Amino acid sequence: MSALGELGSLRGKKPAGQLPDRGGGAGKVYKKDNLAAYLFLAPWLLGLFLITIGPMLASLYLSFTDYNLIQAPQWIGLENFTRMLSDERLHNSLRVTFTYVFVSVPLQLAVALLLAVVLDRGVRGMAFYRSVFYLPSLLGSSVAIAILWRQVFGTEGLLNQVLALVGIDGKGWISDPSTALGTLVVLNVWTFGSPMVIFLAGLRQIPTMYYEAAAVDGAGVLGRFFRITLPLLTPIIFFNLVLQIIHAFQSFTQAFVVSGGTGGPSDSTMFFTLYLYDRGFGNFDMGYASAMAWFLLVIIGAFTAANFFASKYWVFYDD
Amino acid sequence: MTTETMRGTVAARSTAGIGWTRIRPLVIHLALAAAALVMLYPVIWMVVSSLRPGNEIFREPSILVRDLHIENYRVGWNALTEPFTRYLLNSAAVVFGSVLGNLVSCSMAAYAFARLEFTGKKLWFAIMLLSIMLPIHVVIVPQYILFSQAGWINTFLPLVVPKLLATDAFFVFLMVQFIRGIPRELDEAARIDGCGRGGIFLRVILPLMVPALATTTIFTFIWTWNDFFSQLIYLTDPKMYTVPVALRAFVDATAESSWGSMFAMSVVSLLPIFLAFLLGQRFLIKGIATTGIK
Repeated sequence: MSALGELGSLRGKKPAGQLPDRGGGAGKVYKKDNLAAYLFLAPWLLGLFLITIGPMLASLYLSFTDYNLIQAPQWIGLENFTRMLSDERLHNSLRVTFTYVFVSVPLQLAVALLLAVVLDRGVRGMAFYRSVFYLPSLLGSSVAIAILWRQVFGTEGLLNQVLALVGIDGKGWISDPSTALGTLVVLNVWTFGSPMVIFLAGLRQIPTMYYEAAAVDGAGVLGRFFRITLPLLTPIIFFNLVLQIIHAFQSFTQAFVVSGGTGGPSDSTMFFTLYLYDRGFGNFDMGYASAMAWFLLVIIGAFTAANFFASKYWVFYDD
Repeated sequence: MTTETMRGTVAARSTAGIGWTRIRPLVIHLALAAAALVMLYPVIWMVVSSLRPGNEIFREPSILVRDLHIENYRVGWNALTEPFTRYLLNSAAVVFGSVLGNLVSCSMAAYAFARLEFTGKKLWFAIMLLSIMLPIHVVIVPQYILFSQAGWINTFLPLVVPKLLATDAFFVFLMVQFIRGIPRELDEAARIDGCGRGGIFLRVILPLMVPALATTTIFTFIWTWNDFFSQLIYLTDPKMYTVPVALRAFVDATAESSWGSMFAMSVVSLLPIFLAFLLGQRFLIKGIATTGIK
């Protein structure tokens, strides 16, 4: 079961799966073992409070202060947040991030689903293709690939060299503000391999008798895809959607390296995370950066919650 | 490619038996091979270009190798203040600490969640799952302040210590899933033989969860090797640069005048990932399929 499924079941929507409830289905009663359990959990708990929850609360506090790392934080109330309301660069970074998330994630998932369906139909050498398509997911977040992207989409880059062979005069895709973000979208779509592998695992779960029954009833390939595959795969699509959206909102490395750390040209690749880095670690405006971080958390939380809410209307659970 | 494949299969059904059924697999193979080639072409081209004289990068889109020109590697290796060996060793040190930390701390937490009963278990488990989705940006500023006051800037401690404290909760979840699949009868048998909780963990669970530990090792390796954001923030002294930070400094320092050596060092930096992929794809594919981690 996936992490999202677990969260759903913890909210009591579905039976608690394999969670060993005391006195549950197995009929066995396990006695509590608090001392041993908390000893085993000690490193994780220490990390949770010291590295995660503590800093979270600290950054919440800092978001109401003016802090430059040298002088003590000064309480300024809601000023950071009102400043965000009138910060044009921040608004632009939100536009860039939203465009990136809502263009690249659906495209990436569509490609992933398409190839998963093709591979699932018993293609010989499936494992080989799966590996080849998966490889970019591992490479995609590296600085090396971002450097490659800079060259490929540059004025004299690989893409334009290939285009020149067929007589097309390309432009500097990265130096042009109207296409720079597009090159990053392409990069994200390029890493469709990991959702594809998850789709493949999901397709394996669909009982073949459904397809056999549909074939007997005379359903064609498209009919079977839209009537059987797609509905039964909606939980996996939902899972991939939630995960990839959360992931895409936090993209940083590629935009940073491709734009040479500037988010340019003319802020066209200035992701929210890049602007946050620029404020916090470029200008040591730690209070403002903390306010931005919390704003990002709220945005991601809101979209995830909206996704869960909307899922009631389109995600189909077989069981 | 899409419509072709679709049309191919539709046609195969309507005119079953005539030619198409034989041609169809071939068409699919050609389409898949073409897609794979288009996807990997830039990477292959980068490898080939790194073996060519610098200026050919701007006028040679093919991937034909004529002669091996290793000059780029020699130049790139020594282009920054430290030889590239230094950055590779730094990255290796961070990776080693992170892998070790994740293996120990995550398996301990996973054992507690999967096998022990304790007060507040459901709440802690939910918090663990939620923490998987927490953006690093929300904690990075206070973490930076905390670690800089501890004097840890330009050491590997801010990158490794969190792993020793199981902050990579994906792996806790992955291991919980795996331990749940191990029959409880084995625990019971060991308990009857006189094993305590620690004994069961060390002698029964750990040996049986080697596949999950392998998955964790490979993913931690690849993610840490690629990680840029936190290494960029915590490592500012060129002596402490890891591979990604050094590569980025390379881009800035040479202002794109030496693409050949930049490509050469990029290839060097991707090589360990590629090897990890070759050796461990079984565990990688299984890992993402069962937990859906990226």
